Amino acid sequence: MENCMKLEIAALSENESFARSAVAAFALTLNPTLGELSDIKTAVSEAVTNCIVHGYKGGNKSEKVWIECSVDKSGEAGELHITVTDNGCGIDDVERALTPFFTTLEAEERSGMGFTIMQTFMNGFSVTSKAGEGTKVEMRKKIVGENVGSRERLDA
Amino acid sequence: MKLISNRQKDELYVKLSGELDEHSAALARREADRLADSNADCGRVVFDLADVSFMDSTGIGFLIGRYKKFNRYGVKVCVANPSQGTDKILSMSGVYSLIRKL
Ligand SMILES: Nc1ncnc2c1ncn2[C@@H]1O[C@H](COP(=O)(O)OP(=O)(O)OP(=O)(O)O)[C@@H](O)[C@H]1O
Ligand SMILES: [Mg+2]
Repeated sequence: MENCMKLEIAALSENESFARSAVAAFALTLNPTLGELSDIKTAVSEAVTNCIVHGYKGGNKSEKVWIECSVDKSGEAGELHITVTDNGCGIDDVERALTPFFTTLEAEERSGMGFTIMQTFMNGFSVTSKAGEGTKVEMRKKIVGENVGSRERLDA
Repeated sequence: MKLISNRQKDELYVKLSGELDEHSAALARREADRLADSNADCGRVVFDLADVSFMDSTGIGFLIGRYKKFNRYGVKVCVANPSQGTDKILSMSGVYSLIRKL
């Protein structure tokens, strides 16, 4: 592991924008393209929003969401690892929750596409959850960047 | 999130600007539904997304919800100028099968 950061935020919806922007700012050290950056922001927003709206039933200031990032430069492209964790209500049936368009909050205009977006936008994705204990989402994004050649020279 | 609207003859034009996420959606919903109620007689509504700087799955729910609301008045719903990121989300979720992209 080359570089890392850890954030703890109150489970409030006004922190969603801060959380995704903070991760995007951290990712800048890997020279991502705008497209890669946009994918990361969206995936983080999905994960953090889920903790607040589902894990903590709409959120409250005494509950917390944890976001951890680390950088892995061992492969050909740099890779950003992101974990988003809550200790909220957890998910009974993870497989069902991952199904596109499955939502338990249809009444609130949720579309059930959050997990599908995370899986599509990132290169690695997994969820661990236990009912009553909480949920942890792990994601990885390969950062190819604008110009791999110039980054290799910078690293040398 | 800000909504600016303009009615011209049969068409209601609504420009959204800012970030559309769970936090900002409540206000956008209220504002758009108010516009729906006062423009029930128009033929179609166009949501211009050019200035939406960020959108996640909340935007899918928002647009489908407005589609249902306007549809009850017989008003067609379209979107225009999504950014690349927004377009990716709207395409993969099948939103364009209900709401035409101009
Ligand atoms: N952190 C979490 N804690 C508890 N339940 C969760 C959590 N994340 C997801 N879920 C459950 O998994 C379901 C699917 O999540 P997903 O993000 O795919 O869709 P959604 O949040 O319901 O809708 P959308 O993300 O499209 O607005 C949710 O409806 C919820 O029941
Ligand atoms: Mg979600």
